[in-house]
Amino acid sequence: MKKRKKGFPILYIVLCFLFFYVPILVMMVFSFNSSRSLTRFEGFSLHWYEQLLADSEIMGAVSVSVSIAALATIISTVLGTLTAIGLSKTRRVLKEWLLNVNNLPIMNPDIVTAIGLMILFSSMKFDKGYMTMLLSHVLFCTPYVITSVYPKVRQFDDSLANAAMDLGASPFQTLIKVIVPCIKPGIFAGMLLAFTMSFDDFVVSYFVTGNGVQNISIIVYNMTKRTNPTINALSTIVIVVILVALLIGNVVPMLANKKKNGRLKEEER
Amino acid sequence: MADMGDCIIELRGITKNFDDQQVLRGIDLNIYENQFLTLLGPSGCGKTTILRIIAGFEEPSKGELLFNGIDIAKVPPYKREINTVFQKYALFPFLNVYDNVAFGLNIKKVDKSVIHQKVQKMLSLVGLDGFEKRDVTLLSGGQQQRVAIARALVNEPKVLLLDEPLSALDAKLRKEMQGELKKIQQEVGITFIFVTHDQEEALSMSDTVVVMNDGKIQQIGTPVDIYNEPENRFVADFIGESNIIEGNMIRDCLVKFDGYEFECVDKGFKENEEIEVVLRPEDIEIVAPEQANLVGEIISSVFKGVHYELIVKTAQREYKIHTTDIHEVGKKVGMVLDKEDIHVMYKMDY
Repeated sequence: MKKRKKGFPILYIVLCFLFFYVPILVMMVFSFNSSRSLTRFEGFSLHWYEQLLADSEIMGAVSVSVSIAALATIISTVLGTLTAIGLSKTRRVLKEWLLNVNNLPIMNPDIVTAIGLMILFSSMKFDKGYMTMLLSHVLFCTPYVITSVYPKVRQFDDSLANAAMDLGASPFQTLIKVIVPCIKPGIFAGMLLAFTMSFDDFVVSYFVTGNGVQNISIIVYNMTKRTNPTINALSTIVIVVILVALLIGNVVPMLANKKKNGRLKEEER
Repeated sequence: MADMGDCIIELRGITKNFDDQQVLRGIDLNIYENQFLTLLGPSGCGKTTILRIIAGFEEPSKGELLFNGIDIAKVPPYKREINTVFQKYALFPFLNVYDNVAFGLNIKKVDKSVIHQKVQKMLSLVGLDGFEKRDVTLLSGGQQQRVAIARALVNEPKVLLLDEPLSALDAKLRKEMQGELKKIQQEVGITFIFVTHDQEEALSMSDTVVVMNDGKIQQIGTPVDIYNEPENRFVADFIGESNIIEGNMIRDCLVKFDGYEFECVDKGFKENEEIEVVLRPEDIEIVAPEQANLVGEIISSVFKGVHYELIVKTAQREYKIHTTDIHEVGKKVGMVLDKEDIHVMYKMDY
């Protein structure tokens, strides 16, 4: 085989990465800028981080984002997992129909979901704010959980559930002690998806909130109207948090596997 | 044979329909304490359905399921004093050997030290000492099998159900496990209900064999009875190899087939009743043609390892014979039968 030139593919990859990450890096660098300028770096300072921590409005938005994401993740994971398990036991026609319906909110443009929810909440005279935002987040997160849990449920061997009941486990104990451990990878994947979908949502949140309840995306959107490097500081923190979460999500299972394999090798010796 | 105590499980007129298909057509069966009972039949005969009804995974459409005299047909599986060894073991892949075996006791919130003691005892009973921390998904088929047995027995059930537990093992290991299962059953002294389609397995392990076909019980008896005195053509055909010949019962102890009368030991048939006779291939003795009524020509001889399988063609039919002697193809031979070797059965309605 002819030896291919290696230069171009590497250059291509480097360009791609630059395109993806330079904007983020620039933003992170400028979050440490001592002046208000977004074009000239005039010296290192933590000024904008101090401002950020002192700004109760921003800190409020952070707590809204985090608590909504956490609650929406928990609720949609429970709902989605139970639905996926239920679906696997449903008659085929109904099951396929429901799975298709489940894909609708995923395919639907956010703006349509957002306007639909806004009209719904208005027409039902809901007091818009934290609760409506949480409900909406649960709504658009659950389909993602169902989609990632359902394949795992289908792989689940029913005889394991039978075995558990045979050994004296009630249906609920069987769910907790046997079914959930078996479909755990699907549940984790669903949780991760739900958390990120909720945490960085802007469109839906913007339309269904009210009474001054804002999450990070909304407050950042409002702040962009005036130059305010505090956004850079906030965004940097968010990126670091996500990076740490990703690292934990990827590295911990790897370490666990390594440990398990190591133990097995030890036993073989 | 183990001595059997009282009747522990009683099936009375059990039927089971799946949609509009009837898979069990009225099963009556008594199962005793300390009995090794095998449900034997071809796939689709309903044997596994009976097991699932006893375990509680299926509810009978009609009939009663008595456990120590109490109807438990509607009691959920987790409230029955019955445990199951599943066909593909159904071990929990996320638990190690110890935790798999301890599962039932943990559910019952038994004291940790008691659990430890019982699990250890069970693991040594099935020969898995030192395997506590092993990952069950990395065990061999035979080892997984043992874990499944230990996991069921550690709960000290009154009855252990085994759903074709040996079918996934290779021939040699299967033989080994047959002996071991029998030994375990005698050691723990409880009722085993074993499902299989392998007649040799059934005959070599059981106290009682229940032969099933098409949702009905064909015969219940000891392995020797089932083999030597099959009640009908299906049982004779399914258990071992056989020559099945239509004939008439002249009177008690005298049967006529292929134009000749033979002495036999069967009684209680009507005079001249149409019957079927079972001749096991190993019971037919080959002699010189002048010494016998039944005469034929050897048309094939196949070496089977321990014996030769001969096909002898007579005027009426072909007989299958197993013999350890060598006979040439084409030779004319006579065949004689001991009266104990002629097994008369009722003719089956088709």
